[in-house]
Amino acid sequence: MASTTTWRRSLEAVALPMGAVLAALVIFGVFCALAGANPLAVYGSIYRAAFGSWSAWQNTLIRASPLMLTALCTALPARLGLVIIGNEGALVVGGLAAVSVGLGLGGSLPGSLVLLAMALGSLVAGGLWIMAAGALRHYRGVNETISSLLLNYIAIALLSHLVQGPMRDPAFVSKPSSFEIDASAWLGTLPTTRVHWGLIYGLVASVLAYILIQRTTFGFAARTAGGNVRAARIAGLPVGKLTLAVCFLAGSCAGLAGMVEVAAVQRRLNESIVSNYGYAGILVAFVARHNPLATVLVSVLLGGILAAGGILQRSHDLPDATVLVFQGIVFLCVLYSESLYGRFAFFQEREAQVEAAVASV
Amino acid sequence: MAAGALGWWGVPLGILAGTLRGSVPFLLVSLGECLTEKSGKINLGLEGTLLFGAMSAYAISYLSSGIVGPTLAPWLGVLAAGVAGMVLGAIHGWLSQQPRVNDVAVGIAMIIFGGGLANFFGKPFIQPQAPQLPTIPIGGWSSLDPVQSALQISPLFLLGVAIVPLMSWFFKSTRWGLYVRAVGDSPDAALAMGISIFWVRMASIVGGSFLAGIGGASLSLFYPGVWTERISSGQGLMAVALVIFARWQPWQCLWASLLFGGAQALGPAFQSVGIDSYYYLFNAAPYILTLVIMIITCSPQRTLAGAPGALGKDS
Repeated sequence: MASTTTWRRSLEAVALPMGAVLAALVIFGVFCALAGANPLAVYGSIYRAAFGSWSAWQNTLIRASPLMLTALCTALPARLGLVIIGNEGALVVGGLAAVSVGLGLGGSLPGSLVLLAMALGSLVAGGLWIMAAGALRHYRGVNETISSLLLNYIAIALLSHLVQGPMRDPAFVSKPSSFEIDASAWLGTLPTTRVHWGLIYGLVASVLAYILIQRTTFGFAARTAGGNVRAARIAGLPVGKLTLAVCFLAGSCAGLAGMVEVAAVQRRLNESIVSNYGYAGILVAFVARHNPLATVLVSVLLGGILAAGGILQRSHDLPDATVLVFQGIVFLCVLYSESLYGRFAFFQEREAQVEAAVASV
Repeated sequence: MAAGALGWWGVPLGILAGTLRGSVPFLLVSLGECLTEKSGKINLGLEGTLLFGAMSAYAISYLSSGIVGPTLAPWLGVLAAGVAGMVLGAIHGWLSQQPRVNDVAVGIAMIIFGGGLANFFGKPFIQPQAPQLPTIPIGGWSSLDPVQSALQISPLFLLGVAIVPLMSWFFKSTRWGLYVRAVGDSPDAALAMGISIFWVRMASIVGGSFLAGIGGASLSLFYPGVWTERISSGQGLMAVALVIFARWQPWQCLWASLLFGGAQALGPAFQSVGIDSYYYLFNAAPYILTLVIMIITCSPQRTLAGAPGALGKDS
């Protein structure tokens, strides 16, 4: 696929999403102006809070790490033609599994082994959670978008039940929470930074996902089935197994994001883990056009915007939902840009233009 | 609430009362989605519409109560919610009909956008108390206070129930209903009839979003009767799933909505008689019910009976 595309096509694939994000920035500026804030000052604040200094960069990267992982939960099944939006739920059950494993093993094992077990637990839990949506799709024809979204709410209800009841730490009063995981099993930071190891998890998962989808026969089979299920069946591809496997991998990425949040940021389980990283991950996947390497870039961008949420409230008196409005505008603009592919003559090949001209005559 | 005097009778009473209260948004949103899907497009964004409608209704009811008085203000709120829904519907209707744009993806974007707008503009209205819609008591036959206070129905519920036969008649017996069905079942045939697919779908999506916006008004102005950022909690999406269960028929939407409203009342009803250890799990009942119903009714082999032919296909 990549080898046959030429530079004009590649440029189109980069320029259109970039243009969409720019258009979204302009619309967002108008929105801010209508809400009584100076758009240029808002842009400046976002830039400074997101990328203006090394400290800002670190804040951005801390938020980008879970986004990279949750974005894969939408991006991988999308290559198979499935629209999965159960990212938040998979993140929650991943965090739940990680905390259960971490509390269960406690200080009995060396910290690194506990961390490994927590990661494995979150991978399996998140994977099975989304695999359920994939299985329902394949065996029962249940719409995977709706089922995965319902699973989000079920996961959150399960979380509320466990932290209010069976797992609750009675000594922690500010908010119903589980017990704290042992300090030896906290996920550390990268040397000389405040950024935790989750960033490396996200980068590695993204690269692995890219290789899996673009450079292996498994990925080729998945993309074939995504392009035309009937043709894939005739070619003898095991569509069911592919669906289950891809959904498992997708869910396990989001589950790992839950483990990262728990082990590196929250340290105990409570409803703060439901902090929209899942929904933002959907946006990242769509903006990146479901390319696992592009999701890294988009995650950093969106991580920066999330990091700027607080400053918008403090210096411009805009509510914290401003970031959500901006995300919505970006999402709508990027979707609109999908309809613009092939509309601009500049991005078309010479032969293609001639052929099109001939065809139109 | 009703537990004291009634004991275990509080459970069925709580569920009945909860059904009357909780089914209103399901009913209005599912009717709206029914109209939209009949024209061949899916609008997942009704979740965002519901939230934005709830906020608009509450805000307008609060702001206008000083000008037009507390009786009229909530009705202005209902109208504002419908108009707010129509605005979001117009965006969805236009964008989802662009070439190569997936209506499911637009729906997800509209959930984020609508929810964002609602929280953005709704922030100042979390604290103040807006005038609520009046309720119609139907518990007057009983001398027990808990029964009387539990059995209240909203005029919006009656509105929804009134729309059911109207919409059924609209699809079956009117020229416009035929247009909508033609566009949804066979766009080519509709085109041959000289119908504008774009405008019929636009009208269906905007009309459906109007109803969903009013559904939002019932959340903030009737039950639970407050405005909070998580007030819709997926009800808009459940209503979308409910339309599949209802086989795209308005009458079935009514029964399904009552069922979902009842499922939603399970947690509070059991809590009222002292069983609260599984409160949060009971709250997941509507989601699990939706999932179970979809598992039972869907099948990979055939398309569902009653499904509009062009639904979920790229135009």
